[in-house]
Amino acid sequence: MSQSLKKVIKKGLLYLLLFTIALITIGPFLWLLSTALKSGGENIFQYPPKLIPESPTLVNFLKVREAVAIERYFLNSTFVALATISLNIVVSALAAYPLARMKFKFKNIIFYGILGTMMVPFQILMISIYVFSVRTGITDSYAGLILPVAVNAFGIFLLRQAFLKIPVDIEEAAIIDGCNSFQIWWRILLPLIKPSIATLAIFTFMMSWSRFMWPLIVISNPEYYTLPIGISYLSGLFSSNWRLIAAGSLISIIPIIIIFLFLQRYFIKGAMAGAVKG
Amino acid sequence: MKLRKTYTPYLFLLPALVFMGIFLFYPIADVFRLSFTDYNMITEPSFLGMENYQELLSDPIFWKSLKNSFIYLIGVVPILVIAPIFLAVLVNHKLRGMKWFRAAYYIPVVTSMVVVGIMWKWLYKGNGLLNYLLQTIGLIDDPIYWLTSPQYALYSVMAVTVWKGLGYYMVIYLSGLQSIPANLYEAAEIDGASWWQKHLKVTIPLLKPSILLVMILSSIAAMKVFTEVYVMTNGGPLNSSKTLVYYIYEIAFEQLNLGYAAAMGFVLFIIIFILSFFNISLMDHGEG
Repeated sequence: MSQSLKKVIKKGLLYLLLFTIALITIGPFLWLLSTALKSGGENIFQYPPKLIPESPTLVNFLKVREAVAIERYFLNSTFVALATISLNIVVSALAAYPLARMKFKFKNIIFYGILGTMMVPFQILMISIYVFSVRTGITDSYAGLILPVAVNAFGIFLLRQAFLKIPVDIEEAAIIDGCNSFQIWWRILLPLIKPSIATLAIFTFMMSWSRFMWPLIVISNPEYYTLPIGISYLSGLFSSNWRLIAAGSLISIIPIIIIFLFLQRYFIKGAMAGAVKG
Repeated sequence: MKLRKTYTPYLFLLPALVFMGIFLFYPIADVFRLSFTDYNMITEPSFLGMENYQELLSDPIFWKSLKNSFIYLIGVVPILVIAPIFLAVLVNHKLRGMKWFRAAYYIPVVTSMVVVGIMWKWLYKGNGLLNYLLQTIGLIDDPIYWLTSPQYALYSVMAVTVWKGLGYYMVIYLSGLQSIPANLYEAAEIDGASWWQKHLKVTIPLLKPSILLVMILSSIAAMKVFTEVYVMTNGGPLNSSKTLVYYIYEIAFEQLNLGYAAAMGFVLFIIIFILSFFNISLMDHGEG
């Protein structure tokens, strides 16, 4: 067999493999989409199953709006995500700066104390955080959704790494120019770590958009449902209406998938950085 | 030159320490304290000593869910450690459109577990697509009740965890692969190494740090499984898919038996702690 033919066959086999695996990862989404697009007149349990709907319709998506307050969940998820991201970035960037650039008493104790919290799963702490939330009255509120999960060691660690990479002379020049610490942080250092901030923002967004367990615990008033809670509620309420459940599920994941397709790079970086989190 | 004030670093750290103090440091101590009490949120916690822990020993559902969590661990971790290596090697080829394949493999990772669970619940139905496909290719004769029969439920949920996690670990390996110098492969090729030999002698040893990382991450994740269980089976049928975290959730937030849940939480913490060390020493051992 000639060398070039061998190459073509190898390439063909690679593509075949790539497509087969893509079918496994994307196939379930296509089936969900197909179900959501099928009209009420079409049997969704028919044998053999049909991927392409007979007469595709968007009516199920509209029905989701009648069934539950999906817009409200959408806005809640968006607001909670944006607030969580902002809070996490500001607090982490503030804390990361002295940990990377200053000498002070108890620095190591504080740093390792912060890092050590990564070892303790939230699933354990939530018992106590729930008690705290009830006592302070932040259950069934945005504060309850946001504050307990906004700040973690991961963000501080990620931004500290970013600050460490900046050459010291930049800072020294600024001190000579008479900038105070806050000005150095805000005007000089923050703009230099923008890529890491973007990575942290995307990572935090992804976590926030799909967060389920804590909202499930802290929220009982549907006014504060986020999309995952709302979709879980929808699927319980209309447990036999799979067209509706499929449409609702898709509405809840379309934003993150679109954002992912545009900002893939940052998702991958976030995944890499998140891996350190453990 | 102005000297920095001594309290400046603490000012920068203050917001983070306040947040972490309230939502991380204090709860760690508080959960530990609660685990020695009887607490239902209505009356004040009353001290029980070791009673919660003793009760755990004789609680069959605790043992069942602990066992399920270990089955989860043993079933899910090897697949999530090994399969993504192959995926990473595959998507590391320089081919046209590879960017899109990588994205396609990563989409389950960015999708919320709630939607993933619902989607698979739909596929897993008795008269659902999965049974149809398996019957068509002749793998099974009769439909399998994936989520509603006690013998399959746990494994069906595990499969979903694997399906969602593959892309994540693939990306971790991919960045490991990309740091391996190409000339090592060239040298292996000159020596006449086959595809298998090449990867066995070059890829696997150099990927060791990533493999360790994936072992730790996936085993901790396996011990914390909750959402897929909640969405697909609620721990049933007959507790057959109840995991430790799901049981903690039930005891704490459905039965409001917070002291007992805290004791279980502490057990979970110990397990996760041990797993991390176990994984690290396992990898060290392989060195020699």
